[in-house]
Amino acid sequence: MIRFDRVGVVYEGRDAPVLREVDLHVPEGELCLVVGRTGVGKSTLLGAVNGLVPHFTGGTLRGRVTVDGRDTAHHPPRELADVVGVVGQDPLAGFVTDTVEEELAYAMEQLAVPPEVMRKRVEEILDLLGLADLRHRALHELSGGQQQRVAIGSVLTAHPRVLVLDEPTSALDPTAAEEVLAAITRLVHDLGVTVLLAEHRLERVVQYADRVAYLPGDGTVVHGPPAEVFRGTAIAPPVVELGRLAGWSPLPLSVRDARRAAAPLRETLAARPAPAPRRGAAEGDTVLFAERIVVRYGPVTAVREVGLELRAGQVTALMGRNGSGKSSLLWALQGSGPRQGGSVRVVREDGRPPKDPKRVSAAEARRLVGLVPQTPTDLLYLESVAQELAQSDLESGREPAAEAGPTARRILDRLAPGIPDDTHPRDLSEGQKLALVLAIQLAAAPRVVLLDEPTRGLDYHAKEALTGIVAALAAEGRTVVVSTHDVEFVASAADRVLVMAEGEIVADGRTDEVIVASPTFAPQAAKILAPLPYLTVHQVAQALESAGAAR
Amino acid sequence: MTTLDKRSAGSPSPASGRLAGGRRSPRNLHPLAWWTWALALATAASRTTNPLLLLLVLAVLGYVVTARRTDAPWARGFGYYLGLALTVVAIRVVFRCVFATGITPHDHLLFSLPHIPTPAWYAGIEIGGPVSLEATLSAAFDGLRLACLICCIGAANTLANPKRALRVLPAALYELGVAVTVSLSVAPQLVQSVQRVARARRLRAGRTKGVRALRSIVVPVLEDALERSLHLAAAMDSRGYGRAGTATRRSRRTTGALMLLGMCGLCAGVYGLLDGTAPAVLGLPALVAGAVLCAAGLALGGRRVRRTSYRPDRWRAAEFGVAGCGVAAAVLLFGTVGYDATELNPSLYPLTWPSLPLVPVLALLLAGAAGAIAPPPGRTPGPATPPRPRPADGTRHRRTAVDRATSDRATSDRTEPDRTTTEVSK
Repeated sequence: MIRFDRVGVVYEGRDAPVLREVDLHVPEGELCLVVGRTGVGKSTLLGAVNGLVPHFTGGTLRGRVTVDGRDTAHHPPRELADVVGVVGQDPLAGFVTDTVEEELAYAMEQLAVPPEVMRKRVEEILDLLGLADLRHRALHELSGGQQQRVAIGSVLTAHPRVLVLDEPTSALDPTAAEEVLAAITRLVHDLGVTVLLAEHRLERVVQYADRVAYLPGDGTVVHGPPAEVFRGTAIAPPVVELGRLAGWSPLPLSVRDARRAAAPLRETLAARPAPAPRRGAAEGDTVLFAERIVVRYGPVTAVREVGLELRAGQVTALMGRNGSGKSSLLWALQGSGPRQGGSVRVVREDGRPPKDPKRVSAAEARRLVGLVPQTPTDLLYLESVAQELAQSDLESGREPAAEAGPTARRILDRLAPGIPDDTHPRDLSEGQKLALVLAIQLAAAPRVVLLDEPTRGLDYHAKEALTGIVAALAAEGRTVVVSTHDVEFVASAADRVLVMAEGEIVADGRTDEVIVASPTFAPQAAKILAPLPYLTVHQVAQALESAGAAR
Repeated sequence: MTTLDKRSAGSPSPASGRLAGGRRSPRNLHPLAWWTWALALATAASRTTNPLLLLLVLAVLGYVVTARRTDAPWARGFGYYLGLALTVVAIRVVFRCVFATGITPHDHLLFSLPHIPTPAWYAGIEIGGPVSLEATLSAAFDGLRLACLICCIGAANTLANPKRALRVLPAALYELGVAVTVSLSVAPQLVQSVQRVARARRLRAGRTKGVRALRSIVVPVLEDALERSLHLAAAMDSRGYGRAGTATRRSRRTTGALMLLGMCGLCAGVYGLLDGTAPAVLGLPALVAGAVLCAAGLALGGRRVRRTSYRPDRWRAAEFGVAGCGVAAAVLLFGTVGYDATELNPSLYPLTWPSLPLVPVLALLLAGAAGAIAPPPGRTPGPATPPRPRPADGTRHRRTAVDRATSDRATSDRTEPDRTTTEVSK
């Protein structure tokens, strides 16, 4: 169905090709998972399928890409619209019309499908994706999962034989992601659609894949059945990592397979105490008291009388579905967001009486509580990293320490070493942007650090780096709150988990207590090794190591 | 009316019939019908400065808008147009008072403003001075006429979904329609983006005033917008937008030339019609020639476009009725049959109470009948039962409010009439 024949792609102004000598064949009806770190060319590979690369993006494509017998060299994307459907990361960015029904019909209108056929297909797709109740709704009113399903539906109405999805679930909470993935697998199984899917959070999709195309980073593509390809990949979901660690063969890809293979491992591990998931720093005094916080937007109450205490040296994960009030709570704690009721007090280091960040100047609030918003780039507006960092020092009112250079620069080098001064902030990778904004915020030396969905769009390595950063911040005696949907990240990084629903905190406790008990939140390692209290593969490795040493 | 009767008789859903108040199932009228009606009424209003007739026009607009608008966001805008219209009247009157000219000794003086002497080379215009009743009234009536035109356009925008109206553009103008649609949806996103960035600025404790502050908001917002438009362009491209047309260079040029000439003709024609002193050849003949040229250009341009449209609005009896009412009113006011033309523009010198000529009144009432002829509006995109809490991170919270405001039964009500109409058409 999709055939890459010695394909190479070079973008203008770059020396190294993004893809080279790629030979890939995806037969009809398969779900092929595209795996690789950020920036290795996954999007280029996907874009080449419908000709967006190079027709839309520019650059030079060598070799041949054919889809259903059509060569993309002679067919620009619009001429392939009836064969290939493309769904991007942010569904809202790709919507042309404004209601669900019109959006579903848009592609067909372009393809000049007769009105009667259109009407029928729209009804079919509405049913297939469970959107019938939403047909007249405005697109921006829908939840993220619903929007993504509409985006998928809107390309399906053209009856494409190939579906290309570039990280369709990266912005969704676990439940919404399940919803979208269930829809995709149904398409593969029921309609025989060929799917090419790129995804960061592999743990969600790897079990559905028939084939994996792995991009190691040098422009080549390794592909084959998942169990074979994952033997040597640099990134892998926890279930695969555990399988590799335990030496299982064939590699399990689903929790179910792994649980069946894990019986001996569970026996070994049961004999010894489980190591702590995070080598937590000693928890210090409470640095932030919040009482009865209320946030309202018009008639809607986003946060309902939430009380909270945060201790120094503690990493807290804030979880809950989209719209449960996580962001509102973080913004209210920082003092920049609206807050209709309640009080926040932040203890200051020099022993002066605690202050409410909402009642002081922005500069002062910044020294009490640092917040990295969901779209970190909102804070960046200068032309180079160096300018941003210098501006940050100016804003924090810190004298550059003579011996070590500017404060923000020093922090950035610790968080993400090797970012050159003259880079434009927009050219950084997601992880680097996050590190830059974090450095800018940390230059003010706040004792409370709040991160709003920092794991969005990060690959496993970047997430690992973030785990390290968060641990280091906590070790310095700060308290860190991370709102996230990523359970694997929570398992490895957090001491404490808060779960919010409808503006209230519905669960508050130690990470292992809260997330193991929940069917949606449990990380894969916990699911495989239950009832043993393991959360991460890292813990298992530690336990096995100490077992080996004891022997 | 036969179509209407047949439809309600063949309706399989008694519920939808009851909803309509007994007889007609609700549906949205063809946007072109409302536009024709509103523009015709505007044309009629432009003929007169009789305040009684102009107030009648406003009353007619008010009645039709209240009776036949939907509960969609764009339908709530009539109040703003009304406000704009009142402002226009006020500005007009104030200017006339301040720049008082042409006051004759016989005028009724209301009061006097302090007179500001102007230099000799500026002698034509006086600032301040006595204010007469006649001048003020003439300004008010003139302003009222302009207000009526504004309200007519406002009514059209309120009654017809602007995006659906764009869909009836001829195929050759499709790209233009898309551009407008996209910019319509980008504007609210831009506002949201500005709010988000402005809020984020406090996090950096940056300056809130001055050029630097402006820059720190504008740069991220523009970068955001640019990124989004690139995404949108890629998405539209991969969904088949702008698929192969068969236009050659020559046909494109011919189309362009035809359109340009046609537009010139239309402009000249409209000018000739509206300005009584223009030579007769500039009037109707130029208008017709321009229209024909434009139509030819559009047809030629439209030939290269291959596209269908989903659930197109149909033109039925009610559409004929509504558009006809408006056009009839315009024709009657232009015809000057059965009444004296001076009654349309009552004299202010000497000051007389304006009369209410019968035929124009009937004509305007006929236009008002459109409110009864048009079927009740269909339910607009209203949410069904909210299946679960809306995502509301950050700025998204507001949408939940909208959800709650609209009722739950919207979807089922709206699909029924559509289904019945398709059955009838077969």
